[in-house]
Amino acid sequence: MTAFADHLIIAPIVLPLLAGALLLLVDDRRRPFKATVAVAVTAALLVISILLLRRADGQTALSQTVSYALGDWPAPFGIVLVLDRLSAMMVLLTSILGLAALVFSLARWHRAGPNFHTLFLFLLMGLNGAFLTGDLFNLFVFFEVLLAASYALVLHGMGVVRVKAGLHYIVVNLAASTLFLIGVSLIYGVSGTLNMADLATRIPGMNDHDRMFLEAGAAILGVAFLVKAGMWPLSFWLPTAYAAASAPAAAIFSVMTKVGVYIILRLSLLLFGASAGESAHFGSQVLLYGGMATIAFGLVGVLATQTMSRLAGYSVLVSSGTLLAAIGVGNAAATSGALFYLVNSTLAIAGFFLLIELVERGRDAGADVLAVTMEAFGYTDEDDVNEEVEVGERIPTILAFLGGSFIACGLLLAGLPPLSGFLAKFALMSAIMDPAGIGTGGPQHVVTWVLIALLILSGLSAMLAMTRIGIQTFWSPLETAVPGVRGVEVAAVAFLLLLCVLMTVRAAPVLDFMEETAMSLHAPKAYVDSVLSPGAPVDAKRTGAKP
Amino acid sequence: MEIIIAAAIGVLTGSGLWLLLRPRTFQVIIGLSLLSYAANLFIFSMGRLRSNAVPIIEPDTPGNLATLTDPLPQALVLTAIVISFAMTALFLVVLLASRGLTGTDHVDGRESDL
Repeated sequence: MTAFADHLIIAPIVLPLLAGALLLLVDDRRRPFKATVAVAVTAALLVISILLLRRADGQTALSQTVSYALGDWPAPFGIVLVLDRLSAMMVLLTSILGLAALVFSLARWHRAGPNFHTLFLFLLMGLNGAFLTGDLFNLFVFFEVLLAASYALVLHGMGVVRVKAGLHYIVVNLAASTLFLIGVSLIYGVSGTLNMADLATRIPGMNDHDRMFLEAGAAILGVAFLVKAGMWPLSFWLPTAYAAASAPAAAIFSVMTKVGVYIILRLSLLLFGASAGESAHFGSQVLLYGGMATIAFGLVGVLATQTMSRLAGYSVLVSSGTLLAAIGVGNAAATSGALFYLVNSTLAIAGFFLLIELVERGRDAGADVLAVTMEAFGYTDEDDVNEEVEVGERIPTILAFLGGSFIACGLLLAGLPPLSGFLAKFALMSAIMDPAGIGTGGPQHVVTWVLIALLILSGLSAMLAMTRIGIQTFWSPLETAVPGVRGVEVAAVAFLLLLCVLMTVRAAPVLDFMEETAMSLHAPKAYVDSVLSPGAPVDAKRTGAKP
Repeated sequence: MEIIIAAAIGVLTGSGLWLLLRPRTFQVIIGLSLLSYAANLFIFSMGRLRSNAVPIIEPDTPGNLATLTDPLPQALVLTAIVISFAMTALFLVVLLASRGLTGTDHVDGRESDL
């Protein structure tokens, strides 16, 4: 049983890889079979990631950080997978989103193009791999796997808009991948290692000449991740690409920007944490100001957009900016608030992307622009009043569900009580205001107030934009057709939003978990030890583990 | 040898960047290819440039850094080449789809007004 539990770490990578590869051999016309396999694998991933999370949280074994040596090569020489609280949480988040998006796609989207299930599973594999790996070059490989799958998924369903947006998306990310390679090789050139934990031990003792190159390499690497995370000014591709992607693809993409955020969080705290000697807090100022600029850009974008899908795209930017700024603040409390915000905003935005597709289904393509134009010219449609009554009589439940979910998404994105968005923003702000954090993180007092003002303003702008679009969509009589919605689609949206509600109700244990995660991230010695000398904890685990 | 390699990487990167910023999709794909060549050469040079050195340790002689070269960057380059090759092929497909759907090879899918 213990041996099995040890190998469970690699299951989130191997399982979707094998299933996806096998599904390639099955003809696309046997879609029900493929869908069944894909859903079964994704559900299994959800179970596995819950088990892994329990393990990482120290509930089933003594060791909280578990390293898994691939091919049994010892750590600095071979590639390791590392499971700690943060990676387990991200894998769980990926599985949740994956299951919701896949179930949602069963209604119609998985028929829109070839090999949807395979691509989807490969994307999950790349995401899980990127979260679990403890090796920089292996991270590059998993990044390419997930990007390759995402290139195809962004085009899923084809059409001129998707191809145009996809082209930009692919070019930007290919250029970023080149930067990734240059950064990784520069780091290898001066440090002689690719293992993240080994690298962390070598940085404090480096001489100034090497340190200069290492920091240059880390900065180039950081740019590559910031492109993925969507930091201004590297983010102009993002809203267009996300708005153009089909709903299930966009929902799973909302965790893809978080991959960039995750790596930045992991590497900046592991490599350039407080114990890194002269390199301590390298880049945290860039993250702080860049994050603030991203929030500002995102909130202007949120206010300016006229379509719901672009609104969601800019919400992704606001979310990324908030996270990057919180990482830049650099105290453990801000990190734990940021982690709560990360999970919450990812679930909310993914739910919103799915919801948008349902709401827009019954509408004309230009309805949003038309509504704004009519508003601007002072038009009000008085002829349509009768039709509205008719709509209300005919189908109240679907519209009520869509409207209710829309309100929930609005509350979550704006960070208003009673839902978990408020808790996340509150945790973040109280941590940012904490004077201990300002002293250690470096930023001045004025910056703190600007950051808090930006956080509040971003919530306000999200609320304004959601209210405006909600009124146009649900109350204005422009729309006559009621969207035909399938049960699985309702289930997927409800699943994501209910999880947010659950996070609100059970906020205490979740916040405790985030706090412990942040504490262990800010004290990376345990991580380094468990990777480089896994001997002692492994023995303790082997004897002490209970299934 | 260092100066030649450095110049080659510089020229490839410069040309690649120039082409990447051009408006035609074909120029962009060539630019991306040149950039990835530059990156590959750069990775290779990070293992320190050596001539007449093997990356393999003989079974009966102890490993000596004076006669050996670092095999890891070579393995990394191999991986990077395969990945960039696959990505170029994938991008080529999207490029052709864009050309077919929009009727132009401009990266924005329409000719600029200038």
